[in-house]
Amino acid sequence: MVQPLNRFRETPSQTAGPYVHIGMTPNFCGIEGAYAQDLGALMVNGKTQGERITVRARVFDGTGTPLRDALIEIWQADAAGLYNSPSEMRGAADPNFSGWGRKATDMESGECIFETIRPGRVPFRDGRMQAPHISFWIVARGINLGLHTRMYFPEEEAANAADPLLARIEHRSRVPTLIAARADDGAYVFDIHLQGEHETVFLDV
Amino acid sequence: MDADPLSNRRPETGAFFQRDLGWHAPAFTPGYKTSVLRSPQKALLSLDNTITEITGPVFGHNILGELDNDLIHNFARPGESAIGPRIIVHGRVIDERGRGVPNVLLEFWQANAGGRYRHRKEGYLAALDPNFGGCGRTITDEDGNYAFRTVQPGPYPWPNGVNDWRPAHIHFSVFGHGFAQRLITQMYFEGDPMIWQCPIVRTIPDHAAIETLIAALDRQATIPMDARAYKFDIVLRGRRSSMFENRMEGN
Repeated sequence: MVQPLNRFRETPSQTAGPYVHIGMTPNFCGIEGAYAQDLGALMVNGKTQGERITVRARVFDGTGTPLRDALIEIWQADAAGLYNSPSEMRGAADPNFSGWGRKATDMESGECIFETIRPGRVPFRDGRMQAPHISFWIVARGINLGLHTRMYFPEEEAANAADPLLARIEHRSRVPTLIAARADDGAYVFDIHLQGEHETVFLDV
Repeated sequence: MDADPLSNRRPETGAFFQRDLGWHAPAFTPGYKTSVLRSPQKALLSLDNTITEITGPVFGHNILGELDNDLIHNFARPGESAIGPRIIVHGRVIDERGRGVPNVLLEFWQANAGGRYRHRKEGYLAALDPNFGGCGRTITDEDGNYAFRTVQPGPYPWPNGVNDWRPAHIHFSVFGHGFAQRLITQMYFEGDPMIWQCPIVRTIPDHAAIETLIAALDRQATIPMDARAYKFDIVLRGRRSSMFENRMEGN
């Protein structure tokens, strides 16, 4: 016999289900009055530092149909590369930027829109700088465990080429699944594919 | 969006323990049909946490309204209340090391006592309760404790097999202190035989894992002549001592 480690096991995940909006974006689904506004709906205000950007995201199933009942959360650094989090020990992030956003995908088009800022660069574990990126977390009916991935920026070619996470992707043809496109109106478009030829690289982090 | 300013606890900055993906449900679970076309088929890219995953949003108690943790009253007309068996759900959020996790935002949603959700996609013929919205939220205290009031939700049928039913359950969304701890789960009720018949419950391969989702009737926490109580503890991923532990110069 040896001493027990006395560790606990993580509570198992269960799907967010089709009614995720009731709990997480109640105003979006018509339950008004419970909360003044949906949490994570606004990421920036008039004093937020940095370049304003728009990110339009969709999530596609294995038939290429956009999910109209998904919920996406994003998490990113501020313009100076600092996270608005108690675990950020490198300095104080912009108090006018939460760094965190939450949107339900539209019940008709399947699109959701984040109004945010261009994130600064943050270091990898070994001190190398990562390319600018936004973390995505996707939950929906039919997804048993929330999916983590990242969005990178198309014009950051040099930074992307040197990014330690992107460098770890064995099949180089899959790297573009993490890089947003730029629409004519300047918005970034990030399409997430759950399955198929263009399946997005999802992360076990 | 900051932690409790009165706390003396230093924020932790270590990477999270590797997630045990064999303990969670796999992505592809054909008994739950919707997962078939929504499950990634390629291997995940495993990566030790960077500061992106180690950090995460933490919410202050100032975001909470007075009735946010009272689903019996937070959607009800003045002087009225939701219909159904009155219960208190309480418990503690700990991590895999057994430490209580303070300042955890918990959001919950559920059907009403008849098994009907307040949602435009809902097609069940059970009646809506005009005094029940079905959402609530709270934030754990310094020791990781939380509690809220609600009515016990009803079971309901859903389109999967021709006669599949969900056992009574409450959905939980849980924030830890790092984005990698983000978790959504469902709580079930002790003694419900329908738990073991549910295709969504059965996506989880391990019987013992499912048992951790079943809240116990807690007679000691029951409020006499008011509400029964159920206890539901939640475990988030634990973390290593420091994100700098592998630095070349040592620490």
